[in-house]
Amino acid sequence: MPHLARGVRLHYDEVRSAWVLLAPERLFQPDDVALEVLRLVDGERSVRAIIDSLASRYQAPRALIAADVVTMLQDLNGRGAISL
Amino acid sequence: MNGPVLPPPLALLAELTHRCPLKCFYCSNPLALERRHSELDTNEWRRVLTEAAALGILQVHFSGGEPMARDDLAELVRHAADLKLYTNVITAGVLLSDTAMAALSAARVDHIQLSFQDSRAASADYIGGYAGGHDRKLAAAQRITAAGLPLTLNFVVHRLNAERVAEMIDMGESLGAARVEIAHAQYHGWALRNRRGLLPSRAQLDAVTQVVEKARERLKGKLVIDYVMPDYYASRPKACMGGWGRRFINISPSGKALPCHAAETLPGLDFPSVREHSLAEIWRQSPAFQKFRGTQWMPEPCRSCERRELDWGGCRCQAMALLGDSSATDPVCTKSSDHYVVEEALAELSADGELSARVMAPAGKSSRQRADTRAPGR
Repeated sequence: MPHLARGVRLHYDEVRSAWVLLAPERLFQPDDVALEVLRLVDGERSVRAIIDSLASRYQAPRALIAADVVTMLQDLNGRGAISL
Repeated sequence: MNGPVLPPPLALLAELTHRCPLKCFYCSNPLALERRHSELDTNEWRRVLTEAAALGILQVHFSGGEPMARDDLAELVRHAADLKLYTNVITAGVLLSDTAMAALSAARVDHIQLSFQDSRAASADYIGGYAGGHDRKLAAAQRITAAGLPLTLNFVVHRLNAERVAEMIDMGESLGAARVEIAHAQYHGWALRNRRGLLPSRAQLDAVTQVVEKARERLKGKLVIDYVMPDYYASRPKACMGGWGRRFINISPSGKALPCHAAETLPGLDFPSVREHSLAEIWRQSPAFQKFRGTQWMPEPCRSCERRELDWGGCRCQAMALLGDSSATDPVCTKSSDHYVVEEALAELSADGELSARVMAPAGKSSRQRADTRAPGR
């Protein structure tokens, strides 16, 4: 199950009125789409469940959403922010 | 000059002290190390942290010197955590006892970066100038992971240890680190003084780069390897600190606010003290933070370069150290008409360069003069 790596947390930044992903010696400023995905990364949902949840809420084809989610999770995994 | 809205800084580098049990040749602290009596006290640091959070700073890096040489480190981490700041402790680890680890855990530290000087004890202890240091660091690494904290190992790489980068990465794996930093020394402070003996050869550098690239492939998704190239071998400069006055505020042990930790080598700048000014005032209004912010200050070839908002003209301290002109294009850039000074420095590197251990000047004497008058590149 994908989950935030140790030492990584999603934080609401009051000064910028925006969510940020805080990680060891780096931070990520997710766009709206990335934020939707990150909110579903809770260690309980599988990648499939994350995609299902997004597909039920957005008009885009499931395959397109799936590709975006997988790309994003792999990218953040490569940068140490998400464990898969 | 700064655009319509100045974004707030992202991170605070809190150099709590210049005191350190180690004497690394490559230390990037200034040659004139600040002494204990001039350090900000606990309440001053607490106020700085409170102002930092209000200003929009998200991460605090507690550094030094050795931040654990201060007995209020855990209290300051706790205060930062209460402010919802992300806390990172950058330590040599030799003071990280069980008690100290428990105090940091209880203070809710988010992450610890632990430095090693080499993969082998004898060489590591020589480079750090601290007998038994390597073994203490290994014990510290175990304490950190046993506490359930994410661990980054930091290795500063140079001529004396470049052959063992593969072993360093193995250490990261075996100690359960989530990240390993393989960072070539940056030639400021003590590292600049010791440059002749520290700068790796081109062949060493290429070998290190190859080791890092192979390991990254093998460890993808398991261990992040951050790799910092030595500027001298680059063709384009780094965006030092992400650009002057754009992301970071560095506070020296005595409370001077600096756009980068080496900025005091730049003449003619009056760095404001947090004892006299708020962080917000410093960030928005101080002439020192505005001096090289943005692109207006830039000379050619930076001013018309398509990379001007990528590298922000490179490193001001390097321009000063190598050219004696803090407003010049970073000579690391091959577009700089002064790039030859970097090539000269590479030509003079030497296997038997003498190395000076990092030490505080004896009380009453200052190494400042010696530091500032030393002709760079000679």
